[in-house]
Amino acid sequence: MGIEQKTGNMGAVTVGLEQAVNWARTNAMWPMLFGLACCAIEMMSAQAAHYDMSRFGMELMRASPRQSDLMIVAGRVSRKMAPVLRRLYDQLPDPKWVISMGDCASCSGVFNNYALLQGVDEVVPVDIYVAGCPPRPEALIHGILTLYEKVRQEKLGTWV
Amino acid sequence: MAEPLEVNYQELKHLVSERALKGETVLLNMGPQHPSTHGVLRLLLELDGEVVVNCVPDIGFLHTGIEKNMESKRWELAEVMTDRTDYLNNTGNNLAYCLAIEKLADLDVPPRAQAVRVILVELERISNHLVWLGTHALDLAAMSLFLYCFRERESILDIKEMCSGQRMMTTFFRPGGLWRDTPVEFEIAVRRFLRMFPGRIKQYGALLTKNPIFMDRTRNIGKISAKDAINMCLTGPVLRGSGVAYDLRKAQPYSGYEQYDFMIPTGTHGDVYDRYLVRMEEMRQSLRIIQQALDKLPYGPFRSNNRKYVPPPRAELGTSMEAVIHHFKLWTEGFTVPKGAVYLPIESPKGELGYYLESNGGNQPYRIHMRTPSFINLQALPLLCKGHLVADLVGIIGSVDIVLGDCDR
Amino acid sequence: MSEEHLKTTLKALKERFGLRDSELMKYPPTLMVEPEKIVEISQVLRDEFGFDFLCELTAVDYWPEEEPRFNVIYGYYSHANNVRMALRMPLNGDQPSIHTIEGVYRGANWHERELWDMFGIKFEGHSDLRRILMPHDWEGHPLRKDYPLGYEEPQFTFNYDEIDKRKHHSHYEEA
Repeated sequence: MGIEQKTGNMGAVTVGLEQAVNWARTNAMWPMLFGLACCAIEMMSAQAAHYDMSRFGMELMRASPRQSDLMIVAGRVSRKMAPVLRRLYDQLPDPKWVISMGDCASCSGVFNNYALLQGVDEVVPVDIYVAGCPPRPEALIHGILTLYEKVRQEKLGTWV
Repeated sequence: MAEPLEVNYQELKHLVSERALKGETVLLNMGPQHPSTHGVLRLLLELDGEVVVNCVPDIGFLHTGIEKNMESKRWELAEVMTDRTDYLNNTGNNLAYCLAIEKLADLDVPPRAQAVRVILVELERISNHLVWLGTHALDLAAMSLFLYCFRERESILDIKEMCSGQRMMTTFFRPGGLWRDTPVEFEIAVRRFLRMFPGRIKQYGALLTKNPIFMDRTRNIGKISAKDAINMCLTGPVLRGSGVAYDLRKAQPYSGYEQYDFMIPTGTHGDVYDRYLVRMEEMRQSLRIIQQALDKLPYGPFRSNNRKYVPPPRAELGTSMEAVIHHFKLWTEGFTVPKGAVYLPIESPKGELGYYLESNGGNQPYRIHMRTPSFINLQALPLLCKGHLVADLVGIIGSVDIVLGDCDR
Repeated sequence: MSEEHLKTTLKALKERFGLRDSELMKYPPTLMVEPEKIVEISQVLRDEFGFDFLCELTAVDYWPEEEPRFNVIYGYYSHANNVRMALRMPLNGDQPSIHTIEGVYRGANWHERELWDMFGIKFEGHSDLRRILMPHDWEGHPLRKDYPLGYEEPQFTFNYDEIDKRKHHSHYEEA
C-alpha cells in the first residue's frame, strides 16, 4: 500500500508489519513433543533425514511447552489423557497453533468407543487437520505448509 | 478449567515408603509428556537425592478399548485394529490374529503365504529394533544414530508399501494367507536390503558396542536375574538378556519357522548392555532367516482355497454360481468361525505376544484378549530401577523396549 | 518327552483335584477348576510339575446368555519341558471375588489389576488393587457385556442438527 505502489516491491525496505511478523513466526516454528501413538512414529520419520522437517523451520522439537509454539497432536487421545492435553495447551505461550495429525486426533479414526476423545477439538481449538492413518510424512509436511499459509494471512487485529 | 482431581490419600499411601510421608524423600512426577518415556507413560518416582528409591508406573493414558471395540466388528474388519495395538510390529500382530483364527477354523495356509509371512515379520523385527536402537541411543545422547536408523527403516517401509500400499498399518495378512500376491519388485527390493544391511549393523556396532561412554552408562544397570525374570513372567530380549534361551520361534514354531536355521542370542548378566547386545544379534539372525526364506520361496497360491473364508477371485464370478454365493455371503455377512477358544502366542520383537480368541459361532469375535509383552515387561520396572540414578532410569526404560499402544491397548 | 509330561500333569491334576476337561478350549489343553482351589493348584503346578511361567490371565463375560457369568482363564507354560496348559474357572455373580495368585507368580500383579478394572473381579490379598487402564475415578467396568460401547453417531451435514439434539454433550464443551 502507499509507497509500494510507486516504488514497487523493495523487499525488506517496504514490507508491512503484518508480513514481517508473520514471516518471522512461520520461519522458525518449533513444535512441542506430543507424540502419543502410531502417528508419532511418522512424525519422527518426518523429522528424520529422509523427509527432513527442519528445512521448513522445525529444527528441533522442544519437550517443554513453554519453549514451543506449535502443538502437533499426533495420535489418539484417551479420556485419561485429555486433562493433561488441555493443561499442556494452556501452558503454551501465545501465539500458539495446533495441528491435529492423523485420523484419531481429528475424529477418533477407527475407534468409536468409550475410551477415546472423539476428536481432539473437544478440548483444544485446532487450526489444521491432517488426515491419514497414519498420514505419510509428506502429508504432515503439506499440513505444516498449509498452516504457514494460514499464519501468513493473519492480520493485526487478531493478534493478542 | 476442570476441577482438581480428588485423590484419595489413604488409598494411595501404600505406594510410597515411610520416608516419603515424613518428607525425607522427594516425590517426582515423570509425567505422561516426557521426551524419554517412549510414549505416554507416567512414572511416580520417589527420590532420595538422585537415587531412585521406588518407581510406580501409571499407565492407561493410551487405553483405546480395542478389545471391546473388536467385539462389535466382523472378523476380517476387526483385523484393522490389531495393527494399531503394537504400532511398531504391525505384521506381527496381524500374524498372531490370523494364526489364531486359522487354528480355530482349521484353515490351511499355502507354503508361499507362510514364507512371505515369515519374510515380512522378520523385516518388521528389524524395523522395530531399529526404532528401539534409534530412540534408546537418542536417550543416551548418541543422537546421530537416530537419523541413521530411520534412514534404514525407510527401505523396509518401502517394501511394505510395495506389497500392501501402506507404510505402517498394512493389514496384509488375512485368515488363510495374504491379501494379494507380492509384486515382482518385492524380491529385488528384499535382496537389495539384504546386501546393504549387514554393513550398516557393523557401523552401528562400531559406534556403540565398544564405546566407553555407552558401556559406562549401560553396564551393571538394571540387572535382573533369570529366576526373578521367570517369576515376573517376562519374555523377549529382557528374558534372553538374563540368560534364558526362550524363543517361541524355536520352542513352538509357527508359520514354517522350523525349516529355517537360526540362533537365539542370550546374555549373561541381565543388564542393559546385554539386552542391547541381544537385540543387535537378533537383527543379524533375522537377516539369516530372510535370506533362507527368500531362497526357498516356493511358487503357488497365496491364499487358501476354502471358499467359506476366502472370497473367490473375480474371474470365477462369471462362470460359477457357488462363487457368486460365497462372494455375496463373505462381503455382506463375513465368515463365521466355529465355536471354541484358543490362546496362541508368537514371538514379537518385544516378547511373547499371545492372542486369546473366543468365538460363539458368529461372525463377530466374542472375546479377544491380547497378552502383550509391553504390559508384562513394564511390571518389572520398579524391580529394575531400584537404587539407580534418575539418569540411569532413562536407559532402563529404553532397554525394556515398551510401546504404550501395546501396553494399554 | 514334553507331550508325556503334559499327559502326566493333566492326569495327576484330574485325579488329585477331581477336575474335568474343558470342551471349549481348542488349544492349549485346558481343565475346569473351582475358584477356591486355584491357589493350591497353581502352587502344585509351579513346584511339582515345573510350570514356572504364567503366560495368560484373562476373563470372559457371558452375560446374559450363560450362568455362571464370568470365566477366568489362567495360562501356564513350563520352561523345562516346553509344554503349555490352561485352567478355566467359572465365576458367578455381579461382584465376584477370588484369591490372588500373586504369591505364586509375581507377574500376576498387573494381570489381576486389569481384571479388576475391566471386569470388576476382586482379588483378595492383592497388594495393590487399583484401576490400571481407566482413570482412577471412572465408574463401571468397561469389558462387561452390559457396559455400552460408547459409540458416537457420526454427524454429517444432512443430519447434523437431529443428531445434535440426541447427543449427550460432554462437560468439556460447556467449559
